[in-house]
Amino acid sequence: MVRSLLLALVLFGLWLLLSGHYTPLIIGFGILSSLLVAFICHRMDVADHEGFPIHLSSRALTYWPWLAWEIVKANIDVTRIILSPKLPISPTLFQVPSTQETELGHVVYANSITLTPGTVTVDIVDGMLEVHALTRGAADELENGRMDRKATAMEGLGGASKAGGTA
Amino acid sequence: MFVAATLALLVTMAMALTRAFLGPTVYDRIVAVNMFGTKALLLIAVLGFLTERPEFLDIALVYALINFVGVIAIMKFFRYSHLGMPHAKDDLGDL
Amino acid sequence: MAADIVSWIFILLGCFFLVVGGIGVLRLPDVYTRMHAAGITDTMATGLLVVGMAFQAGFTLVTVKLLLIVLFTFFASPTASHALAQAALSAGIKPQLADDRRPGAKGGAPSEGEDR
Repeated sequence: MVRSLLLALVLFGLWLLLSGHYTPLIIGFGILSSLLVAFICHRMDVADHEGFPIHLSSRALTYWPWLAWEIVKANIDVTRIILSPKLPISPTLFQVPSTQETELGHVVYANSITLTPGTVTVDIVDGMLEVHALTRGAADELENGRMDRKATAMEGLGGASKAGGTA
Repeated sequence: MFVAATLALLVTMAMALTRAFLGPTVYDRIVAVNMFGTKALLLIAVLGFLTERPEFLDIALVYALINFVGVIAIMKFFRYSHLGMPHAKDDLGDL
Repeated sequence: MAADIVSWIFILLGCFFLVVGGIGVLRLPDVYTRMHAAGITDTMATGLLVVGMAFQAGFTLVTVKLLLIVLFTFFASPTASHALAQAALSAGIKPQLADDRRPGAKGGAPSEGEDR
């Protein structure tokens, strides 16, 4: 319930940012529609910790800049490969373990891998991610598990709950 | 400067279209169309700045959402309907 | 004026990455590798162009909308790429591999994909 009201608040903030018209009538429409959407989400039971993961937002603020820097580095690598006349690619399919405990954590890690150019997550099998990498170097970089640890830290459970992670 | 950005976007869109025509598999074409959609969204935003009408950004915002849904829809169509059913002896799937 | 120069640099860099991504989509040999090239234009070029435009706009609602566009793109683009890669693989399109490290694979037999 609290989460649904919070969702309504966030939606209303988004409305205010997007509309740019601040007359009572328009703001009234905004309040009505964000409450309606939050009510529907509440009834559909999607405003839970997966559908509306606001508890991650503080840790996301430190995770995203790190991820952005990784993306920049990977982009420069891939750019160099594409522009070099010999096209020195060595496509690799491999599996990395995903040590996150919740499904949301798996999604964060898998999407981070895909967002980084040079690596695309192809499949998830029993907590192992199958990844296609453009070069062996990108594959080695991922296999040393730094991004995995960062994503686990961003999930923020800190290994406190020992729920057997495979979902 | 925005003219340069527009030109670069148009060149990239032409390249994506070339890939969409060349194929060879349907998935190559979907990759190209997805890329084309993202570039169209950027083009709308840049044109908004070029003509100094920032309202174009609202259209770009909606296009960002529709493009994503559209790509997923095309892919599901090609994957689950008979049009996209891969033949067992054909490595490239549906051509 | 300084903001103008900074935004020029960002936008021109963004244009460079756009064209590189386009070249990559044309040059690379198969679907899976082309996906990486499309990823460049989706992340780097979009990010740089939008940051450049945000410098032009200053602190207004326009900037907020630009940042929302980046946010949507960064959430949607990996999801679409992943769905595409999975669909292509399950449709039986074989990637050209130089190295297959999956368990159960024939152990890194170099295929025709090497050094193209």
